[in-house]
Amino acid sequence: MFRLEARTSTPAWFNLALPLLAIGATLVLCSGLIALAGAGVIEAYGVMFSASLGDSYAITETLVRAAPMIFTGLAVAVAFRAKFWNIGAEGQLLAGAVASCAVGAIPMPGPLAMFLMAVAGAGAGAAVALIPATLRVKFKVDDVVSSLLLNSVIFYALMALIEGPWKDSFSGYPISPPIEESANFPVLLEGTRLHLGVLAALIAAPLIWFLIVRTTLGFRIRVTGENPEAARYGGIHVERVLISTALLSGALAGLAGVGEVGGVHFQVMSDISPGYGYSGIVVAMLARLNPLGVVPAAIFLAAVMTGAEAMSRATGVPAFLSEVIQGTALLAMLVALLFTAYRIRRVGAAR
Amino acid sequence: MSVVLEQIFQVGFLAAIIRIATPLAFATLGEMFSERAGVLNLGIEGIMLLSAMTGFTATSLSGSLWLGVLVAVLTGALMGALHALFTVALGLSQHVCGIGVTLFCSGLAYFLYRLIFGQQSVPPNIKGFETLPIPILSDIPVLGPAVFNQFSLVYMAMLAIPLAAFVLYRTPWGLSVRMVGENPRAADSAGVGVIATRFQAVVLGGALMGLAGAFLSMAQFNAFTFGVVSGRGWVAIALVVFGRWDPWRSAGAALLFAFVDALQLRMQASGLGHIPYEAFLMLPFVFTIVAMAVMSRSAVAPSALLKPFRREER
Repeated sequence: MFRLEARTSTPAWFNLALPLLAIGATLVLCSGLIALAGAGVIEAYGVMFSASLGDSYAITETLVRAAPMIFTGLAVAVAFRAKFWNIGAEGQLLAGAVASCAVGAIPMPGPLAMFLMAVAGAGAGAAVALIPATLRVKFKVDDVVSSLLLNSVIFYALMALIEGPWKDSFSGYPISPPIEESANFPVLLEGTRLHLGVLAALIAAPLIWFLIVRTTLGFRIRVTGENPEAARYGGIHVERVLISTALLSGALAGLAGVGEVGGVHFQVMSDISPGYGYSGIVVAMLARLNPLGVVPAAIFLAAVMTGAEAMSRATGVPAFLSEVIQGTALLAMLVALLFTAYRIRRVGAAR
Repeated sequence: MSVVLEQIFQVGFLAAIIRIATPLAFATLGEMFSERAGVLNLGIEGIMLLSAMTGFTATSLSGSLWLGVLVAVLTGALMGALHALFTVALGLSQHVCGIGVTLFCSGLAYFLYRLIFGQQSVPPNIKGFETLPIPILSDIPVLGPAVFNQFSLVYMAMLAIPLAAFVLYRTPWGLSVRMVGENPRAADSAGVGVIATRFQAVVLGGALMGLAGAFLSMAQFNAFTFGVVSGRGWVAIALVVFGRWDPWRSAGAALLFAFVDALQLRMQASGLGHIPYEAFLMLPFVFTIVAMAVMSRSAVAPSALLKPFRREER
């Protein structure tokens, strides 16, 4: 006989084993769709892998795609640590993109422009995240719904901008004017798109890890998330911690938008984010809310996205498989997390 | 201003409001049932999209509109069951699961659509529902042709609202739904199956979301495009809150939003748009966020919303 038993602690290797288990289950489940499309499963996944991680150019492309998801993944991980349910990374990213685009269009020396773009983008993202946090702290408004709904508000604000004052009067397309060329993020490797923002994302992850694990603010964030009553009893101003968390989370999501404007698109358009904010939730969950885990998790999703396009060209399996994989991975990870709460014990039949 | 007033009292404008409100009404009622039982379903956006796709495909392949509607409803119910499996049976976090269901369903909808129809420059379409005038009632001036010369699915929505109110407030099952959403512990003591009731409510909600999807691809657009839902699921999430988790108020909220949306479309078409149309599209979200702040003191949300129920935890 087997029975479920509550766990009190989880071994450290779970942090690696659970995401791998979830990803493995996802790839097995999604192989059914590949077969349905009439392609060989091994071949399709093979193309997906080689086109995303198979050579150095492919790796740079994957990293470029991973950068915004590292930032949104960090944004969600930080927020969820404090149990501030920020579903609004998408809107915060868009706000960051708009703000950095506005700043980047002002002629000024390149390094200053890039610095101010980052400041403006992070500020805009933080300002958006402040709304659900304030509503929760002051009015006890549910942050899940308010942060989610703000995504639509910001999206329509962006649309109003690029179909109104920012509209390209020359082509008539709803695309903002480009930022100054001097404000374009430098490319780190000749012949690739690997830009400064990718490096910033890779540096941000260990910094946020340090902040969460080693600093007082990080301690307060964790305690507030794990046990707000104990936090309050221990003299932690829980409301203030939630606001700080929201500012940090929003700023990180805003930086995702900055990187896309400064390093990839150099302007703002309606589809500047193919849902990177929502992907951030997948990334953060796969990383078990560990900032260091966010990097491989984001690279995994980015590899799936870049690989899926090549797979589609080679095998005819629609590239939308990458979106199914994202959704399945998130659900599989949630189920895998049950192993952290319960363990299956073998017990004697006669008890 | 007089131009605006003239527009409002046109038959075509009134009819447009009702058409825009219909999928929102189905989706809002669906989300409401789920939330009244204590389960937030953020999968709604994806469930509507997948249902719109499966319904469209079934009709396209079989030629039968009602078979398409049935397939869409079953798709919605099945995806509702998926969300319920994770959030009710396994007690996983509702908001993260909901996002997962939306990502999964949208991906699956795009994937299967591309697989079945390939990449075509002109998206395939179907001969969708035609308007069905109701004898006598459709002869009432202005109101008749606007309200009683509509698609049969519109009449279904009109009936679904009082029916939903009846089921929720006047039937034993509706009482159970409200109990498990307010106080699952007490419901459990009273012998109500919390898990079963929640499961049923989420599945019923999914079926209604499926109807909403069916309306979009089979009556409103007669085609499946990637933007066929374009945020209507999120609008429904807002409308449920704005409608204070009540079928009548939620349906009223859907009508109000449809009015704003129809007005915005008219102003765009007539070139009267001094105000960007996006400002109108933003309104339901802004209003809802403000309403949540104002309402928070009156605590109208189901108390157990977002809280999983585990019997052994006391």
